Amino acid sequence: MAAIAEWLKIDEERAVQALQEAGGTMDSREGDLLLDFSCIRRIQPSSLKVMEEFAGIADGKGVKIVLRGVSVDVYRVFKLVKLASRFSFVS
Amino acid sequence: MNTSEAVRERVLIPVAAEGLTEERIAYLEGLVGQARTAAAVFTQFTQEDVDRIVKPMVLAGLEQAQYLARLAVEETKLGVMEDKVLKNMVATEFAYDYVKDKRTVGIIREIPERNLVEMAEPIGVIFSLTPITNPTSTVLFKCIMAIKTRNAVIFSPHPNAWRCCSEAVRIMYEAALKHGAPEGVFSCLESHTLQDNAYLMRHKDVRLIDATGGPGAVKAAYSSGKPALGVGAGNTPVYLEKTADLNTAVVDIIVSKTFDNGTICASEQTVVIDDEIYDPVLKKFADLGAHICNEKETELLGRTVIDPKTGFMQGMAVGQKATDIARLAGLSVKPDTKLLIAPIHGVGREHPLSAETLFPVLAVYRAKSVDEALKVCVDVNHAGGLGHTAVIFSRNDEIIRKFGEVMNAGRIIVNSPGSVGALGGVYNDLVPTFSFGCGTGGGNSTTDNTNIYHYLNIKRVARRTQAHMWYRVPNQIYFNMNAVENVRDLPSRCTIIITNPSLEKFGHVDIVRRYISPQTHVHVSVIPDAEPEIKVIMQGVEALTFYKADQIIALGGGSVIDAAKIMKLKYESPQADLEELAAPFLDLRKRVVEYPTEKVNRVRLVAIPTTSGTGSEVTPFAVLTDKERRRKVTLADYSLTPDVAIVDPQFVLSMPKGLTADTGIDCLTHALEAAVSSYASPYTDCNAMQAIRMVFKYLPIAYEHPRDEEARCMMHNAACIAAMAFSNASVGVNHALAHAFGAHFGVAHGRANALMLPHVIAYNAAVPTKFVPSPYQKGHVAHNKYATIADLLGLGGHTVEEKVKNLITAVEQLLDQLEFPRSIAELGISKEDFERAIPELTSLAFDDPSGRSNPRMPLMTELADLFRSAYQGRGLTKGAKTFQKRTA
Repeated sequence: MAAIAEWLKIDEERAVQALQEAGGTMDSREGDLLLDFSCIRRIQPSSLKVMEEFAGIADGKGVKIVLRGVSVDVYRVFKLVKLASRFSFVS
Repeated sequence: MNTSEAVRERVLIPVAAEGLTEERIAYLEGLVGQARTAAAVFTQFTQEDVDRIVKPMVLAGLEQAQYLARLAVEETKLGVMEDKVLKNMVATEFAYDYVKDKRTVGIIREIPERNLVEMAEPIGVIFSLTPITNPTSTVLFKCIMAIKTRNAVIFSPHPNAWRCCSEAVRIMYEAALKHGAPEGVFSCLESHTLQDNAYLMRHKDVRLIDATGGPGAVKAAYSSGKPALGVGAGNTPVYLEKTADLNTAVVDIIVSKTFDNGTICASEQTVVIDDEIYDPVLKKFADLGAHICNEKETELLGRTVIDPKTGFMQGMAVGQKATDIARLAGLSVKPDTKLLIAPIHGVGREHPLSAETLFPVLAVYRAKSVDEALKVCVDVNHAGGLGHTAVIFSRNDEIIRKFGEVMNAGRIIVNSPGSVGALGGVYNDLVPTFSFGCGTGGGNSTTDNTNIYHYLNIKRVARRTQAHMWYRVPNQIYFNMNAVENVRDLPSRCTIIITNPSLEKFGHVDIVRRYISPQTHVHVSVIPDAEPEIKVIMQGVEALTFYKADQIIALGGGSVIDAAKIMKLKYESPQADLEELAAPFLDLRKRVVEYPTEKVNRVRLVAIPTTSGTGSEVTPFAVLTDKERRRKVTLADYSLTPDVAIVDPQFVLSMPKGLTADTGIDCLTHALEAAVSSYASPYTDCNAMQAIRMVFKYLPIAYEHPRDEEARCMMHNAACIAAMAFSNASVGVNHALAHAFGAHFGVAHGRANALMLPHVIAYNAAVPTKFVPSPYQKGHVAHNKYATIADLLGLGGHTVEEKVKNLITAVEQLLDQLEFPRSIAELGISKEDFERAIPELTSLAFDDPSGRSNPRMPLMTELADLFRSAYQGRGLTKGAKTFQKRTA
């Protein structure tokens, strides 16, 4: 039976912490890392830094990072800092 | 990836990294990286977010104005502390006053009448060079601009002003950060080299270079291959004209030239004074604390403060006090001397003090006339000050205007100080700035006072506009049998009847004369029954002029009415150049040539058609033949439209069968083409559709029974109604093909139209190879329009395709009823002759203005195919086959 994907919800108030926690699961992870960004209205430089770091780790481990619920404003920030191509986006 | 590979990836020109250590590159990359992230994050901010940050920054700058001014003077050893405080306050308070209510996020301007909306898009990372002369004020100003526009800035201050500038950046950054700005939004290069600047200028993540600095820095910025804002060198000429308020002028000049010891590049350099006021002006300067140099002192001063090798000012004099400069030059001046004034007798290297001097030394020149004064100002302007600033003191508006015309300066300051005036917002309503654009004269991209709008990409959202259309027809149209009686109600002192010999012979002229008042003098001008020539037109104009006519009655077919239209034009406006008026155009309302509106005579044109086809009685077109040049001249303008049309069928009862058929099909082609034209509107559609119905019903009857008054009357009306449609919607490619073919092979216009018509319907109904740009239509609608026509005619069919096919069939049946040839080949034209002619025919048809409103953009190859189809001929199924093939 196929496993049901579990989305990790990222809260805007503690985005950095939540992202770091999510990044920490990458070692033990076999499948994709699924992050729910639907609560992120505005992304901060500190969160972007974490995202950049674990994009690098994910590349090394062959883990795909999938983001859902990313607003177009946040998506544009990913494009501007050239991170968009390193993640997958789903609606 | 190693560092050098990374550099290659990040920097536009890898050579920019030469001379930099890996550590230095990593440092610079860090600055760019954090600025890029800050700029990206900043894009999420709203206008309210931004405005919440700007105000506390301004307040922080104001609070620290004196501290920063003191730091600047201590570090740079230039200028006056008190003036620098003022500069810092202008850079914050005045800048804020300008930006506070401006929208810089999202929609910044709406222009509803043009359906345009302007939106702001931030630049991103800006690399900013700041000068030694206005160090902290420039930083404060740029920080406010950057936050207001959601940009990140990396500052590179002048090396000798680094400490005060980095402190100004810190103050602004902390205030911004505290109120929500993204981290990394401002940074300041630590002690740096030209290589650092080169590296950052070429970095692909740096989007704009804002270079306020010396010529070297500005040149480097513009050479970087990046969009750049730069400033140019100044050399401000001042014209002190004799009508000026001298007290104000002298004080203003002293204020300006001594402000911060003359370090603002817009400050006055050479004052050109009218001879009449020269001595009193110098006396006023002296009275107010200036030292007027004698010739020897002037020479000494020039030798001291201007480098004789380069002709530029010596760095050690910049921003120094007048007394210090005097001491350097060995001049003896009073201790409270504010300004050194040096009379000069020319401009250029032989007169060193005519160059830019950023210190309180002012050259003065005595001018014998306004002309001489303006010329000397031009000389100064061209001696290193192009595009920057010029100043005039005068009460003479004409001289001020002339000065503005001849000065190449982004800022022309009138009756106020140059330096403080150019900064904007103090003495005038110029935009406050600390960076003066000098246009192409100064090697810059703008003449503006650099401001927030230069830190934004302005996006224009252009909504489709509802194009204005028109529907213009004659004021009066009288129709049905005996409508000619209405001539009785058209008062005239002298009427010229333009007609042709056959109509006079048939007695038509007598019928018209019957209704003209006996008091009216009537002259009949008979012209040949052919397309009018210029010679014939001019003879008609002579008659109109001779009789001082106030009415023309054009009685005849299209040629006669066209001739009358042109006669009217030349009679009313003799200066009208027919050749120029015939110039090609794309949109009637935007055409280059304008028809004359000034008229030396006024005449009413009454058109009475004697054929039922051209519709010239209501159209704004006229064609004449230029026999000398062997060409046709087509004129089109609504001013050519007759004033009155009388559509009386009694004049067409005797039309022969062939002419009935030819003109009837011309009318049908007008209506069909107007219906699918890219200029079609509901107003023209109703005319076109009605005319088509009338033609299908009454043309066969009029053809078979020429004396059938109802059929004649309806066909006569149909021709006029179709013409009202195409007068406003134009025709299409059928006419373009028919014009080219008819003229080449001498085939009557209606017949030529008939040969093309089924093929053109199939062609227009198919999916175009190339769509035609048409603001007036929504999508390609020709096939649907044809289907609607088929429905109106009751032709049946369930799908659009079937209906179009049925319409083509109905047209072919009508042509057969009217005994038209089924092909060009049937006219006896050999295939070889026709093929030989096709390139020319195609070219002529393509150039014909009729084709421009066709619903489908005709390609040359398609025009050739259409000619070939018409040559091969039609069958009842051919058009349908073509249509099916094209839609497939």
